[in-house]
Amino acid sequence: MAELLATIESYLQLPYVLPTLYIVIIIAVFPLIAGYIVLLERKVMADIQARLGPMRVGPHGLLQPLADAVKLLLKEDLIPAKADWLLFWLAPVISVVAALVAFSVVPFSDWFFITDTNIGLLFILSISSVGILGIILGGWSSNSSYPLLGALRSTAQMVSYEVALGFAIIGGLMVAGTLSMQEIVRAQQEQHVWFIFYQPLAFCIYAVAAMAETNRSPFDMPEAESEIVAGYHTEYSGFRFSLYFLAEYTNIVIVSSIAITLFLGGWLRPFPNVEWLDFLNYCPAVAMLAIAAMSFLGAVREKRWMEQVGMGGLGAVFALLGLLFLLPPVLTAVQGLFWFLLKVFLIVYGFIWIRFTFPRYRYDQLMKLGWHWLIPLAIANIIVTGIVMVLL
Amino acid sequence: MVLHDFFFYILAAIILGGGILTITRRNAVHSAIFLVMTLIGVAGLFLHLQAEFLAAVQVFLYVGGITVLFLFVIMLVNLDEAAKQRQFNRQWGLALGCVLLLVAEVGYFLYQGRDSFSFAESSGVLLQNNTQAIAMSLYGDYLLPFEIASLLLLVAIIGAVVMAKKQI
Repeated sequence: MAELLATIESYLQLPYVLPTLYIVIIIAVFPLIAGYIVLLERKVMADIQARLGPMRVGPHGLLQPLADAVKLLLKEDLIPAKADWLLFWLAPVISVVAALVAFSVVPFSDWFFITDTNIGLLFILSISSVGILGIILGGWSSNSSYPLLGALRSTAQMVSYEVALGFAIIGGLMVAGTLSMQEIVRAQQEQHVWFIFYQPLAFCIYAVAAMAETNRSPFDMPEAESEIVAGYHTEYSGFRFSLYFLAEYTNIVIVSSIAITLFLGGWLRPFPNVEWLDFLNYCPAVAMLAIAAMSFLGAVREKRWMEQVGMGGLGAVFALLGLLFLLPPVLTAVQGLFWFLLKVFLIVYGFIWIRFTFPRYRYDQLMKLGWHWLIPLAIANIIVTGIVMVLL
Repeated sequence: MVLHDFFFYILAAIILGGGILTITRRNAVHSAIFLVMTLIGVAGLFLHLQAEFLAAVQVFLYVGGITVLFLFVIMLVNLDEAAKQRQFNRQWGLALGCVLLLVAEVGYFLYQGRDSFSFAESSGVLLQNNTQAIAMSLYGDYLLPFEIASLLLLVAIIGAVVMAKKQI
């Protein structure tokens, strides 16, 4: 047994083994997480609109993402007769690959990351700019009016807001002094402050521009249902459509990850250097136990026995996880991961909240906001930051 | 070292293949896609030489910026009309002669200097602060050329705006 462990450990020491393992984990798990983000979105939307949302599949609709995935996979795969089939096939692939590749430099915790290059942030920006190609080509190759209009709008919007996004990020970079994602987090640990407190304006500009980059409401012009049906993916169905869907949700998680790494302390817990707040380290275990308690409470209130068993089982899993997290080595290991994912969850929740409480912008208002307000403000922010940094 | 050469040849094949397909495709959108392939190949070559910053900027500017603008313009043009037009002019005989002459000339000189051929050795050590090194040389040693280049770009931008706007 000890020998086996030693062999496994010696394999893990090899340079490419752990990153490959992490890549497999992320690619295998992320589609499921994206499915549950969609469920979260539908549930939050229902809550805001005073409805219940999906309730039929599993207790409280918890199995809805799986049902949706099966439905999307089994649907007929349509390619319009006059479409450019090669590009029609290629476009969603470009979108989803560009989105998933960006995960390779996201620092999920101090040990769970695929790689850490000294151009990390620039790499994410350049890869996500390739993702625009997927949208344009998808819109153009459908050979239909609404997708073409959606693609044109989308391109103009994303190219415009990319400028503001880049300038906002430069503001944060000037304080961090490095492009490597791990080093940015460490810089916040050393300077004892999250960079949002040095760069509040840059964070606000980044948040608005990121919403426009990911085509989220109130900037969802590319797929404005009431004007152009569904924008660039009108002609897509079944599996190809789900690839676009996956790319969209991946992009949301990626932009949240950049915001967290650059402005909100990455995998650091709040106040990492204040000793009397060390009890915050037990948050992962407490959170799991709280979810377990809520699941058990839900199980009692369910009417059908199947759903009682389901909720009870879920509660048992979370209770076990919570007890596991109470072990000191496990707690240290999941610490960073927990805070990072919690911050991602909060930002994604914010995205959803904004989506269902703000009306959509008109197209000229969108362009005016980008070019007349965000870009000048971001440039001014860089100049002021530079002056302050030289003077101090 | 064998792996090193292998990657070089793969990237060279991608770049040249993409380049040839870019100029021979009838459909302008397909040309743009193969141009993307070439540009990404060049980014790969930069990575191969451990110039990470240049590779990222290559993808960011050329693929994410310039090709997207190309596609933007192409989508607004009536492609069916353009595809019917003749793609190449009729002077291919003359062109072929010139190319053969050039190939012979270049080939002769390459043959003469064949002893000095070897792959550029990458330094082996990772150039750690790639971004900082480029920033230092751009804003320190080569500040004046850099500023002149940026002035040229500014003039080009103003020219484009003047031409595009009907009233200023």
